[in-house]
Amino acid sequence: MEFTKLTSSNLHNNANITRIMREVLLALIPGIAIYFYFFGWSILINISIAVLTALAAESIMLILRKRPVMPFLSDYSAVLTAVLLALALPSLAPWWLISIATLFAIIVAKHLYGGLGYNPFNPAMVGYVVVMISFPQHMTQWLLPNQDLSLMQTIALHFQNISLNGLPVDSITSATPIDSIKTGLSLDKTIADIRTSSIFGKIGGYGWEWIAGGFLLGGLWLVFRKLIGWQIPFSMLGSIAIIAGIFSLADPTHYASPLIHLFSGGTILAAFFIATDPVTASTTPAGRIIYAIGIGLFTYIIRTWGGFPDGIAFAVLLMNMAVPTIDYYTQPRVFGAADK
Amino acid sequence: MMTPRKLWSFHGGLHLPGHKHVSTQHASGAAFIPERLILPLQQHIGEPAEPVVNIGDHVLGGQLIARASGYVSVPLHAPTSGIISDISEQKAPHPSNLKTHCIIIKPDGKDDWTELEAITHYQQLDPSALRNRIRDAGIVGLGGAGFPSFIKLNPGTRTVIDQLIINAAECEPYISCDDQLMREQPRDIIQGIQIMQHALQARHCIIGIEDNKPEAYSALENTLSELSISDIEIVQIPTIYPTGGEKQLIKVLTGKESPSHGLPLDIGVVCHNVATAASIFAAIQFGKPLISRMVTLTGDGINNPGNHHVLIGTPVDEWIQHNGGYHPAVQQLIMGGPMMGFNLETDQVPIIKTSNCLLALNSPENSPPAVPCIRCGACMDVCPAKLLPQQLYWQAFARDFDKVQDYNLFDCIECGCCSYVCPSQIPLVQYYRFAKTEIWAMERDKRKSDQARLRHEFRLERIEKEKQERAERMRKKKAALNASKSAASKDDGKKQAIEAALARVREKKKQNDSDIKNTNNLTAEQQKKISEIDARRKKSTEKPVDD
Repeated sequence: MEFTKLTSSNLHNNANITRIMREVLLALIPGIAIYFYFFGWSILINISIAVLTALAAESIMLILRKRPVMPFLSDYSAVLTAVLLALALPSLAPWWLISIATLFAIIVAKHLYGGLGYNPFNPAMVGYVVVMISFPQHMTQWLLPNQDLSLMQTIALHFQNISLNGLPVDSITSATPIDSIKTGLSLDKTIADIRTSSIFGKIGGYGWEWIAGGFLLGGLWLVFRKLIGWQIPFSMLGSIAIIAGIFSLADPTHYASPLIHLFSGGTILAAFFIATDPVTASTTPAGRIIYAIGIGLFTYIIRTWGGFPDGIAFAVLLMNMAVPTIDYYTQPRVFGAADK
Repeated sequence: MMTPRKLWSFHGGLHLPGHKHVSTQHASGAAFIPERLILPLQQHIGEPAEPVVNIGDHVLGGQLIARASGYVSVPLHAPTSGIISDISEQKAPHPSNLKTHCIIIKPDGKDDWTELEAITHYQQLDPSALRNRIRDAGIVGLGGAGFPSFIKLNPGTRTVIDQLIINAAECEPYISCDDQLMREQPRDIIQGIQIMQHALQARHCIIGIEDNKPEAYSALENTLSELSISDIEIVQIPTIYPTGGEKQLIKVLTGKESPSHGLPLDIGVVCHNVATAASIFAAIQFGKPLISRMVTLTGDGINNPGNHHVLIGTPVDEWIQHNGGYHPAVQQLIMGGPMMGFNLETDQVPIIKTSNCLLALNSPENSPPAVPCIRCGACMDVCPAKLLPQQLYWQAFARDFDKVQDYNLFDCIECGCCSYVCPSQIPLVQYYRFAKTEIWAMERDKRKSDQARLRHEFRLERIEKEKQERAERMRKKKAALNASKSAASKDDGKKQAIEAALARVREKKKQNDSDIKNTNNLTAEQQKKISEIDARRKKSTEKPVDD
């Protein structure tokens, strides 16, 4: 009698990439919901534009690369990249800015490097950095909270850059809390002065602290479900907290407190959802800690002394570069090997 | 009451569904005599055995049919009486599906046996004599690897082995042959262990058994108390795959890690499978060679799952038909367990000494095709060797065979935990096996070319040496001659004698010369002709060249 010969293993726990990506997307929902609560429709429009662009780019690239389209398109990896990018970009970013960033992320950063699993740099962060460097003025269009814009008004803002009420975009947008600290300090204000602005809340940016809380919830769920390790998020947040703590203790008038650093901007989102991208992160237990501490330190350095509104994207890409070396030198001691 | 033994744990591992009860519902079936027995000459690690019978010979059960060749080798015996019908290449159960040399016996059904030589008091036997006996019985490790057992009963340079560990973990799902054997033949096993202890002069012995086999555990424990044996300890260990891996079991029981590039012997531990102990007992107590073993027949593709004693060489198809056959929906046949076993393309292969299980499955889980690795590290979290399977895969995939060794490829025990959890469904272990085989092939080639180069260099060296020796001899001879010359000049008598001798030689030579010339003794007429010719020659050569 003849039998089928399988090449895969005979037993499997049924884990698959699609399920992992889907669960990571679900874990983003609390944060996105709170974002929607404070800032309205804009985030959903951001996400829609990014996801549609990503799916189109992914399909075209898969066809050009002669890869099966449906299996890869349905693995949610492009969707996840798009959603993370949409969350990182300003809430009132023009549609073309979102599209350019997404196209660059999917086509250049992902597929030209070999597609899923082969990209050395985090695609979402590559897309973000490209538009950040190319269109800096558009990257400051962060919607002010509680504007109560209707869906149509928001769509118009995204696509025509004018308000239906005749309001100029500038009157409803502002810099991010992190960016405004930098600007304020350059005008010789103290941190305490800057924090009196309405864009700040109790511990971080107004509204942003709650959004960060939502992402924290989702992120902890992923750690609990063992879909991500604790090493990257906690090392990154820990290193930012420590270095920010040291500087703000030494000179509280010129250095923002650790809480502002953790609960403003995309720190929590990055720690749980972006730095943990397994493809581009270090893969050894010790390496992941080093990698995440590096991201934390670079983020703080670029935020505090650099020339850009936020430093996370650059920090992630810088540490992506170091990953092969980190991985090589942080191999765990194998079973039975002599103690080092 | 003894305090419970402290247990250690190893990194990673998996909690797997056991599926063991499927095959342990009935008492084991007795061995049956099939139509023909196919006995591969290589059923063990090492050199294949050499046939000592010819086609047409009649053999008795237990008779030697192939002898061991070399140290790492064991002999082969006829499982029953019959005629040697063929010695030829046959398909053997091996992942490669290649053919191998086999002796084929057509049983006569009488099951006549050769006279067996039992040892009544093995304690009085020297351990080395005991080892020879175990070797002559053709016993190899029955846990799966098939390493000749007598070698692992040799303590080597150590005088004392601290611990003999008996592997009764049987950690792989579905397999239950050791479980059944322990339930049914605990006495044989315990006495076999005592023989091993004697051969090794082991100080202490621990039987490690997973806690999913309570019946087997109590059977062994009762036997220990019945025989009032105190130096064998039986320890229940948590059911985590792959606790049955030799290194993992030693770690769990002793806390010691056998060295990465060494043997358990290096840390004073020797590990044997529990079924091996039973066959050693039979070999010593009754002189019975290894001609049958317990095999699990299981899976939803089998009508009557269970454990059976099976004669070595029994064709799988005949055995399964004899025991109720396949379920009509059967699709897949695996030799070994679902984690480390391999798929058989056909069931027309024999049961060999290392076959512990045949697993037939109806619907192979329709696993989606492999997708790229996303470096999630799930494999790393479960790897019991603490390797980085994701990095090994990456290097093996890229065929970077140097880097893959930097990541300790050869510490991989191929347990399959990584493949089990891989969300990209990558058959990781197959990549590691591929890389290992490639590296072995490369090393073999390198050894060959190194040997050739070495031989060439030796040859050049030898020629040079011979040349120098010749020159040296010449120089010495010359020096000796010169010395004797100067000595002779002092002695006139000698010199004169030599000169006289030389003169005689010259005289004789002259005479000889004149003797052999054809112009001697010419007539006048001939002489005249010669003169004329000479003159003509002279003239012609002097003639000026003017034209």
